[in-house]
Amino acid sequence: MTGDTKLGFNIKTNKDQPLLVFNERGIYCPQADLYIDAWKPVNRCIITHGHSDHSKFGHKYYLTHHFNVPIIRHRLGNIAVKGIEWGEVFTVNGVQFSLHPAGHVIGSSQVRVEYKGEVWVFTGDYKLQDDGVCQPWEPVKCHALITECTFGLPAFNWRPQQEVMQDINSWWADNKTEEKTSVIFAYSLGKAQRILKHLNVDQGKIYTHGAIEKMTEVLRSIVDFPPTELITRDTKKQDLLGNIVIAPPSAHGSSWIRKMVPFETASASGWMAFRGARRRRAVDRGFVLSDHCDWQALLKAIKSSGAEKVICTHGYTDIFSKYLRSIGLDARTEKTQYEGELLEVEKVEV
Amino acid sequence: MKAFAALIKQLDTTNKTTVKVRALAEYFRSASDTDKVWTIALLSHRRPSRPVNTTLLRAYAAELAQIDLWLFEDSYHIVGDLAETIALVVPQTAEKEKERSLTDYLNDMIWLKKEEDSVKKEYLQREWSILPYYERFVFTKLLTGGFRIGVSQKLMTRSLSMATEIEEDILAYKLMGNWKPQSISFQELVLDERSGDQDSKPYPFYLAYALEDELPALGTVDDWYAEHKWDGIRAQLIKRNGAIFIWTRGEELVTDRYPEFDRISTNIPDGTVFDGELLPMIDGKIGTFNDLQKRIGRRTVSKALLEKVPVILRAYDLLECEGDDLRADAFMERRIKLEAVVQRVDNPLIDISPLVEFEEWEDLEKVRAKARDMKSEGLMLKRKDAPYRIGRKKGDWWKWKLDPMCIDAVLTYAMRGHGRRSNLFTDYTFALWRENESGERELVTFAKAYSGLTDKEFRAVDKFIKSNTIERFGPVRSVVPELVFEIGFEAIAPSSRHKSGIATRFPRILRWRQDKKIEEANTLDDLKAMIIE
Ligand SMILES: [Zn+2]
Ligand SMILES: [Zn+2]
Repeated sequence: MTGDTKLGFNIKTNKDQPLLVFNERGIYCPQADLYIDAWKPVNRCIITHGHSDHSKFGHKYYLTHHFNVPIIRHRLGNIAVKGIEWGEVFTVNGVQFSLHPAGHVIGSSQVRVEYKGEVWVFTGDYKLQDDGVCQPWEPVKCHALITECTFGLPAFNWRPQQEVMQDINSWWADNKTEEKTSVIFAYSLGKAQRILKHLNVDQGKIYTHGAIEKMTEVLRSIVDFPPTELITRDTKKQDLLGNIVIAPPSAHGSSWIRKMVPFETASASGWMAFRGARRRRAVDRGFVLSDHCDWQALLKAIKSSGAEKVICTHGYTDIFSKYLRSIGLDARTEKTQYEGELLEVEKVEV
Repeated sequence: MKAFAALIKQLDTTNKTTVKVRALAEYFRSASDTDKVWTIALLSHRRPSRPVNTTLLRAYAAELAQIDLWLFEDSYHIVGDLAETIALVVPQTAEKEKERSLTDYLNDMIWLKKEEDSVKKEYLQREWSILPYYERFVFTKLLTGGFRIGVSQKLMTRSLSMATEIEEDILAYKLMGNWKPQSISFQELVLDERSGDQDSKPYPFYLAYALEDELPALGTVDDWYAEHKWDGIRAQLIKRNGAIFIWTRGEELVTDRYPEFDRISTNIPDGTVFDGELLPMIDGKIGTFNDLQKRIGRRTVSKALLEKVPVILRAYDLLECEGDDLRADAFMERRIKLEAVVQRVDNPLIDISPLVEFEEWEDLEKVRAKARDMKSEGLMLKRKDAPYRIGRKKGDWWKWKLDPMCIDAVLTYAMRGHGRRSNLFTDYTFALWRENESGERELVTFAKAYSGLTDKEFRAVDKFIKSNTIERFGPVRSVVPELVFEIGFEAIAPSSRHKSGIATRFPRILRWRQDKKIEEANTLDDLKAMIIE
């Protein structure tokens, strides 16, 4: 039985409460009266990154890394947001906050919170592998670590990105030989740019769906990407043949895509590690590529943080925290409304 | 192994039949003869028997992956496939020195079976650490069980036919029967034209499609025969050169499991092949599928079991008579010969599936409505002048099954799905009301079901489960009883192994009754009332 043993935390602030708590609105710092990645509207919110489950609409005041500012502005409109540098410390009622690279997507941060010598870190979503697009993850020492564990199972072990990108490029080349269009589905923030950055531009042209084009345009001010061409009503089928199209998962099965026949489809996600996920009828090919940590990376990150207490949020929280307890850590789970892993799966499956 | 793993990967990554056939034909053109024979064997369920039990496999894999067994088990539950789990958690730590063939590995497995556990462990852990991911997966799959890669025997035969230019039908016949991959050559199995030594060989079964249109669309009543659709095991009973052979539709030779037929061997003329249904016949009445279940899978049958659940063959076709292949003849003519042979056998162990009399299509509707009283699943419609075809073909045979029985039940437990649905709770347990000793209504579990909802509904139910969990037991959660579903099933029988006292056959979710409150769900007594005595 893997019942949820609540170990309870001993670390207390002056007011006899933990530095960070989970309430119905989000992750809350009572001493500073502010939230991190709140899922319901709050006054002041630190945002780890631009994915929709971590950066919700409706907060009065947003604070995030300055690379993330154009991203959430693009998604949420004209919000009140301040961008800061990595490592820049700001103090609220004695609590010191700073942001540190999380390596998940451009502008993604871990949040370090310190009060009277006690340090907590919330990882947000993160990966250890340098993807060549966003600022790579950096370890941050802390007493208590709040970590995601989307892929917190020993069954997840990512291959080096270089190998996966080689596979993607040769899949594209094969389709080109068969005079087919390659359509790859990728989340419009993160995965799309990661693939785009490493496509072999000598093989042909790279076309995009509107959602991808717009987000990439926003990010071009931060990172250099190969040229892309937006698919419009005037784009002809013959123009696309042999070339590659990057589209959001929601485009799968739409009339937009049916116009491109003959085509081969592919999906790039950590879930593609599972044969069951790969085999489902939705796509012709699955590439195992994730912006989250695999099993070993999670363990490495926890180890390098030096944390004795670990709180596991979204993903295989029960199993992962049970494992952490078995290796002597004080670990437990907390319920959040983050759903990064479901976003990827559901959108492809529709 | 590399080439075979690449083939499996190709077959596994496409849904397109043409691509599969092409890949397989290409493999059959390039692989060595022994590898070809083994590939045919594996794709027709002729795997060598398991050299290592799965308990040991799990323990060896967890040890090599340096994780606790519980963590391995939890991972297995989420991945959903043992070989895949092992391949995923075990790291490749070395390179293989030389490439070994599929045949080498299968010979290893035959050898390994007789070895001691320590040898097994050393062998497996070594192979796991030197094989790259996909080869590791395929290798482990060979140890654990069949590949579900959408390659039917028919598809394999078609590919082999493309590669060898031998007709598909001829190949299908050649590949049936009780050959052993370790002792037969490709020449003997596939290329040679043989006579004799084929006594046991069954014919490929002709399979019916479910009726698509209204009955009148079939044309004139006079062109058709109708029979009941019996709910047993489809089988061919063969008598050639003095010996009896029984084959099931799964192409399994099961003669030993039904020794009752030996007693009447002399009654059956040589050169006879019946097609029919093995049915449990208890005190002159057809038993339930649950009864038959007790006989299936028992290689050795005790005398007591033979008496408790005797089995008969209800014949409905004659494929061979006096050594002649009758399959090209019209069904009408085969039927006349069938009646004559059954009469000659003159033993209740082989009876004939009676024809249903009807003059108008409407007559059949009435018969079908009462099929359950006859212990049948519905009706079969067979064109009088049709030959006996190979495999599933439309047009001449139609099955017209009864609508499933159904009952409204309450969702009480949920478990995560496997594979692509491993994030969602999609395996459900359902309960019905009953009154306990103190006169209170309580819910009692009666069936598990997992198919039948749309992805959208699954997500909605999943969300409900996640926010209405009462308790977690490993992967299983008990859920606040609030949702009602209509559960359909094919048959029902009393069972002492079930908490509810009832076993249902093929339970599945028909629909989500969002209009019903749990108080309106059915009772166990409602379910019991459906049992036909
Ligand atoms: Zn994210
Ligand atoms: Zn997330």
